[in-house]
Parts: sequence; C-alpha cells; structure tokens
Amino acid sequence: MAKATITFEDINVTVTVPAGTRVIEISEKVGSGITYGCREGDCGTCMMKVSEGWNNLTEPSVLEDKILRENYAGKHNRLACQAQVLGGSVSVRPA
Amino acid sequence: MSAARIVQAVAQREAIPLSPRVHWVGALDPGLRSFDIILKTANGTSYNAYVVRGSHGVAVVDTVKREFSADFFARLEQVAEYDEIKAIVLNHLEPDHTGALPELMERAPNAQLYISNKAQMMLKALLKRENLAFTTVDTGDRIDLGDRSLRFLHTPYLHWPDTQCAYLAEEQILFSGDVFGCHFCDARLFNDFTGDFRFSFEYYYAHIMRPFRDFVVRALDLIEPLPLGLIAPAHGPILRDRPSDYVKRYRELASPRLKREIHPGEKTLLVFYISSYGNTARMAEAIHSAAQEISGVRASLYDLEGGDTETFADLLEEADAIVLGSPTINGDAVKPIWDLLSSLTVIDMKGKLGAAFGSYGWSGEAVRMIEDRLRGLKLRVPLQGVRVKLIPTPEEILQCHAFGRALGEELMGRREARVIDMSDLLTSQYSA
Repeated sequence: MAKATITFEDINVTVTVPAGTRVIEISEKVGSGITYGCREGDCGTCMMKVSEGWNNLTEPSVLEDKILRENYAGKHNRLACQAQVLGGSVSVRPA
Repeated sequence: MSAARIVQAVAQREAIPLSPRVHWVGALDPGLRSFDIILKTANGTSYNAYVVRGSHGVAVVDTVKREFSADFFARLEQVAEYDEIKAIVLNHLEPDHTGALPELMERAPNAQLYISNKAQMMLKALLKRENLAFTTVDTGDRIDLGDRSLRFLHTPYLHWPDTQCAYLAEEQILFSGDVFGCHFCDARLFNDFTGDFRFSFEYYYAHIMRPFRDFVVRALDLIEPLPLGLIAPAHGPILRDRPSDYVKRYRELASPRLKREIHPGEKTLLVFYISSYGNTARMAEAIHSAAQEISGVRASLYDLEGGDTETFADLLEEADAIVLGSPTINGDAVKPIWDLLSSLTVIDMKGKLGAAFGSYGWSGEAVRMIEDRLRGLKLRVPLQGVRVKLIPTPEEILQCHAFGRALGEELMGRREARVIDMSDLLTSQYSA
C-alpha cells in the first residue's frame, strides 16, 4: 500500500501512514493539539493549518468549504476530520 | 422616568424608553432559579429585547423566551406597527432570545432577519423551515434605518459560535447580546436604579464567558474604541451609568492574572496529585523535581487534599502544562481528580500540555482514564503516563524522573523530532 507521512509540528512527531488516512485518526492518537468535536465536518473544532504538502491532501468537499468559510478559515486551513493524505509528506499544526 | 414609574410601567406591560427612539420590550422572569442547568439564578433573570426607530423603519433587536412572548408583543405593539418592522436583529440564537421569533416573523412579514455567518445552521435547526430568508452580517456591515443605523460587530463564541453585537452609533448604544449581561431580575431595569448585581455580573462572566477568554479579548478589541453611552445586554440590568466600567471589568477578567509572576520565556508546569499511601506522592515529587531541572520550566507541586478545586482552576487557567497523579481505587481515578477535571469546562484548556501518572494496587485504570479526559478537554497528551504497581522501586522513580524531564522538554519545545509508524500507535497510542 502507498505510504505517506504526516508531521505534527506542535509535538514534533512524524507518522508514516497508509495513503487515504484521515489526519484526525492520527492526531488524536499521537497526542497532537489538533483535537476534534463532532468528527463529521460540522463544528470546525479540528481546524488545522497545513504548512507543507497542501496538494498531498484530498480536495475539500463542498461541506468542508462551507464550514471553513463559516469559521473564517485562512487559506492554508483544513478540517482534520475531512482531509485525507494521498501520498508524499504533509506538515500540520493546530489552527 | 423615576425608578418607581419604571416598576409600574413594567408591570403594566409598557415599553420602557432608553431614549426617545430606543425602547426595552423584554420580559422579566423573577422565579427562575436555575438557568441552562449549570447556572444558579438567585435573583431570576430578564430577557431583554429592544426596538430602534429610525426615520425609514424599525428594527427589533432580539426577542424573549417563548413563555414570555405575550409580554414582549404587548410592549412591542406600543412602540411599533408590525408592518414598520424592517429588520429583526438576532445577536444570539439561544432559545431564551429567539422563543418569540417564529411568531414575530408571522406578525412582521416585511422584516428581514440579520444574523451572523455562524448562526445560519443554528437558525435552520431552530426554525425547521425550508426557504428561510435571512442576511448574514459581519463586522462593519450596517442596517440603514434612515436617521439611525445599526453597525455589526462579529464577536463569536460569546458564548455560542453565532454571537454578535450591534452598535447604534447615533445614540452610542451597544446591543451586546449576552456580553456584559447577567442573570439578575429587577423591574427597575437600569443599573443606576437596580439592586447590587455585582455578584451576578462576575458569576455570569465566570461561567458563561470565561471558557472563551481569547474570544472575549478579540471582542473587547472591537468594542473598546466605540464611544459608549449605554450598553443594552440581553440579560440583566441595562448599563447606562458608567457603561465603560463594565468593559474595563471584562478586560481585567480576561487578562492573565499571574502574568507578572512569571518571567518572559518561562513556562509553567503544575503537578497535582492525591495519594493514599504516599506512593503516588513520591512519583509526583520525582516528576516535579525532574521537570524543574529543565531550563525555562517553572514547576509547582500541589496535593489536591490541601486545596479547593476552584482555586486550583484559577491556577490552571494560567498554566502551560498540567500533570495529574491519582491512585486507582475501584477501577477509577479518585473523586478529587474528577472534581478538578470537571471544573475545567469553564476554562480554555485547548492546546495546553497534559499528562497523568499514578500508583495502583492491581488494575491501574486511573492514568489512562485521566489521559482520555485531558484529550476530551482538547489538551495535547503526547507522552504516555507512568503507572507503578504499589510502592515505586528506585528504577521506577528514575522512570518518573525521565518522564518529568521529557515533559519539561516537550513543554519548552526541546524534544527531538521523532518518526514513528502508524502501527506503533496501535499498540502504545502515544508517540513516546
């Protein structure tokens, strides 16, 4: 299976994951400050800043775009419960 | 109007003037003793709604709890015709402010709803209607009523995501929603007439606004530059006597209390423990002394048996890291730990460093349970806590030292970068 890496900058940990992994699945286990509320892309709690590898994440859905807008997200922000890593490396931290 | 005249007018369901063009059309709920389950209300509360009349139309700011709709409509009808109402401003959608909204929308078909961006989903969930028409507004957006206008301030999370304020510049009146409000029912309405509501004001801040301290600060940055002649909150006395004092008080309450005690560049790490036979206490001392050795860490050690939960909660608000030690008794962490953890819902703990440890007799669930709770409070918990069976051996005390050092280094951002595989997380759940 294709591998990818996610670096959680707030705790300085890089995790090797299978492609397709949602960021939130790892961030809560590894103890990063990217925390979740609803896990359904509705509340905006898990907003994160993507410092590197934006294009290595799945495109935001219409729903995620809407929630990002409602939460005044910056252009480098995504929801960890929605974004899946496609490959390569991605660096994130709590927004 | 004298205080006695206001009391009489309120009882007769009259609208009460704040100025010739602005009226209070709210309702009093003197019998309420518990609000939203979590708040005590020794003096009941009020649901404040207001009407603003401009030369080209009328705006209604907020409504009341549904059971009090009759009071609201009776007052409203004295100062406005329904077809004159051009705008309904909803500063906060909680049902105690929107209970009369469906009825008002029926009665005032020309009115446009003005809500914050984040209120959209809530409005739909509240009204359960398709094809709802509304306008979302942000800081700087205005409603033009001719010779009066309302300007919006985006002040989210005070205390729901949707909250906002509206400012009537021509009269220097701020319709602040729940901000600067309190649960205090007094028919004299204005703060220069009512009884002493200082306790209620502070209590309301502590329970409703304190969890959102960062958002309070951002809101104050928007509010402080405004000339303020009067603050019209959604609960409690209308603040026309020295309104700026209440803004200043919010600034004080939202400012770090212990900031000056800590040197720049230092970070605080608090170790709290409770111990039956001194074993968890010995672990706590080891973790504390090792964390203290890391330069920049200001570590403190507290026995939960020796203090009050509320005082500790104040400390935790200012802390950068919190480490909790508990024995396991009957498969659980002990009550003083849960008391402390449940008190943290009124504090913004997001992103602080959290950790747990403890001695146990045979099963030792407490440490993992505390870690789960810390994660639930949105702390980061990157280090797996130390668990020791009964009396710690010298090696286990060394393990506690290593844990304390790692916590100190993590806090100061000095831990070395680590690379792990996802499968490691399945077994350890941690990056350590």
